[in-house]
Amino acid sequence: MKPNTPVERLYNGIIKENPTFVLMLGMCPTLAVTTSAMNGLGMGLTTMVILAMSNLIISMLRKIIPDGVRVPAFIVIVATFVTLVEFLLKAYIPSLNASLGIYIPLIVVNCIILGRAEAYASKNGMIASLFDGIGMGLGFTVGLTSIGIVRELIGAGEIFGAQILPASYEPVSIFVMAPGAFFVLATLTAIQNKVKINMAKKGKDVSKIQSGCNSDCASCAAKCGSAKE
Amino acid sequence: MSDLRNVSSSPHIRDKMTSTSIMQWVTIALIPAAGYGVFHFGPNALMLLLVTVASCVATEYIYEKLMNKPITIGDYSAVVTGMILGMNLPVSATWWMAVLGGVFAILVVKQLFGGLGQNFMNPALAARCFLLISFAGRMTNFSYDTFTGATPLAELKAGNPVDVMSMIIGNEAGTIGETSVIAVLIGAAILLWKGIIDLKIPGTYLLTFSVFMLIAGGFDMTYLVAHLAGGGIMFGAWFMATDYVTSPITPKGQIVYGVILGVLTGIFRCFGASAEGVSYAIIFSNLLVPLIEKYTVPMAFGKVKEKGGKK
Repeated sequence: MKPNTPVERLYNGIIKENPTFVLMLGMCPTLAVTTSAMNGLGMGLTTMVILAMSNLIISMLRKIIPDGVRVPAFIVIVATFVTLVEFLLKAYIPSLNASLGIYIPLIVVNCIILGRAEAYASKNGMIASLFDGIGMGLGFTVGLTSIGIVRELIGAGEIFGAQILPASYEPVSIFVMAPGAFFVLATLTAIQNKVKINMAKKGKDVSKIQSGCNSDCASCAAKCGSAKE
Repeated sequence: MSDLRNVSSSPHIRDKMTSTSIMQWVTIALIPAAGYGVFHFGPNALMLLLVTVASCVATEYIYEKLMNKPITIGDYSAVVTGMILGMNLPVSATWWMAVLGGVFAILVVKQLFGGLGQNFMNPALAARCFLLISFAGRMTNFSYDTFTGATPLAELKAGNPVDVMSMIIGNEAGTIGETSVIAVLIGAAILLWKGIIDLKIPGTYLLTFSVFMLIAGGFDMTYLVAHLAGGGIMFGAWFMATDYVTSPITPKGQIVYGVILGVLTGIFRCFGASAEGVSYAIIFSNLLVPLIEKYTVPMAFGKVKEKGGKK
C-alpha cells in the first residue's frame, strides 16, 4: 500500500497502529468511560471529530507555527475544537454529555491528539493528515466500543442497553468498575497480538510500524529508517 | 575419589522439605478449620470446598497443558489455594461462584504472572475480593440453616453485645473456615511444629492489631478479645499472611509487614464501611512486599557497617 494515501491512513489508524491496542495511547478515557458500549462509541466518535479537525488545521498551519511554540499552538487549536464539540454535545446529545462528564473537556490533553499533531500532522499534507485523524479516531472508536461491549455484556448482561443474556444471568459487576477495564483491555490486547503474530507467521506484514512513528530511528527497534528529517 | 571432585555451586546442604511437602502440610493444617466448617455449616460447605479445589486444580492443569508448560498440579499449591478460597466463602455461595473464583485465582492471579512463586498477590484472597466486589450481596449473606443474623463483627460494629465464648468455639455466622478460633489454632500449631511458619508475621500482626484495638476500644478487654476471635483475623494471620510467595523474605521485613497488616486491619475494621477488613489488608500489604524487601535487605555475613551510617 502506498504510504500517505487516504486509504493507507485509514488502514494504519484502525489496524496497524490502532491507538488503543497497539500504540496504547489515550489510556485515561479508554479505562474510565468504557463502562458501556454506548459510552465507548460516543467517546470514540467525539475524539475522532476533534482529531480529524485539529489534524487538518495543524497541517494547514504547519509552516506558519514556529517550532519553539508548537505545543502551545497545537493545544490552542485542539482546545478550540473541544469547546465547540462540547457545546454541540450539550445542545444536541445532553445524555451522552452527562455520562462522559469531565472526559469531554479532558480530550484537550488526550495524548492521541497531541501525538498525531506532533508525529504526523505537523509534517504531512492536509488531505493525508485529515485521513490520518479520521483513521486514528476510528481506531480509537473501535477500541473503546469493543472494550465497552465486553464490559457491558459481562457486567450488565446488555449490549447498547439491550438485554442480551437471559435474565437468570447474574452480572459480574466488577467488570463495570475500574478493575474490569484493566482486565478487558489486557485480554483484548493479548487477543489482537495473537491474531497479528499468527498473520505475520503466514507472511503478512502487519506489525512493522512504518510511517507516523515518533521519527526517532535511533531509539526504535523497527529499524525501518522512515524518519523524514 | 571421584565423589570428592564433584564440585558444584551452593547450596550444598539441602533440607528434606520441598515445596510439595510444605504444601501437603499446609493442606493437613487446613483440615481442622475446614472440617469444623463442614460440621457447622452442613453439606453445602463441603460442596463449595470440593468445587473450589477442583476448579483451581483443573484450571492449573488446563492452562499448563495449553501453554505447553510442565504440569505442576502435583505440588499441592493449587489445592491449598482452592481450600483457602473455599474457606473464605460464605456457606450460601453458589457453585458457579466457587468455579469463577477458582478460575480467577489460578488463571489471572497465579498463572498469568508466571505460576507458583511469581504471583504478586495471594491468589485465593484476590479471588475472594473479586467475588466480593462482583457479588456483594451474595458474598455478605452469612445466613445458614435457619439462622439469618449478622456476623459477630457486624454486631460488634453496630454496638450490640456478642458472645465471646461461642465465637472462640466457632458457633457463629461467617465464612466457612474462619469461625472457629480453636480449629484455626490447631492448624497453626501444626504449621509451627513443622517449622513451616514462624511467629514473626502472625505474632507482629496480632500484637499490632491488639494494641490498635485496645486504643480504639478504650482499653476494653472484652472488645479486644471479641475482635481477635471474630471474623477472619485468626485465619488470615496464620494461613494467608504467611504465604511464602507474597510475604517478605527478610526477617526485619516480616516484622514491618506484620505491623502494616495489624494497623491496616484495625483501620479497616474501625473506620471502614464494612465490618471486616482482613482480606483487603492482606492483599494491600502483598503489594508493598517488594518495597519492604528492598529496604530491609540484611547485611551480608562479614560485612561491616561503614562509618557515617552508610552500608
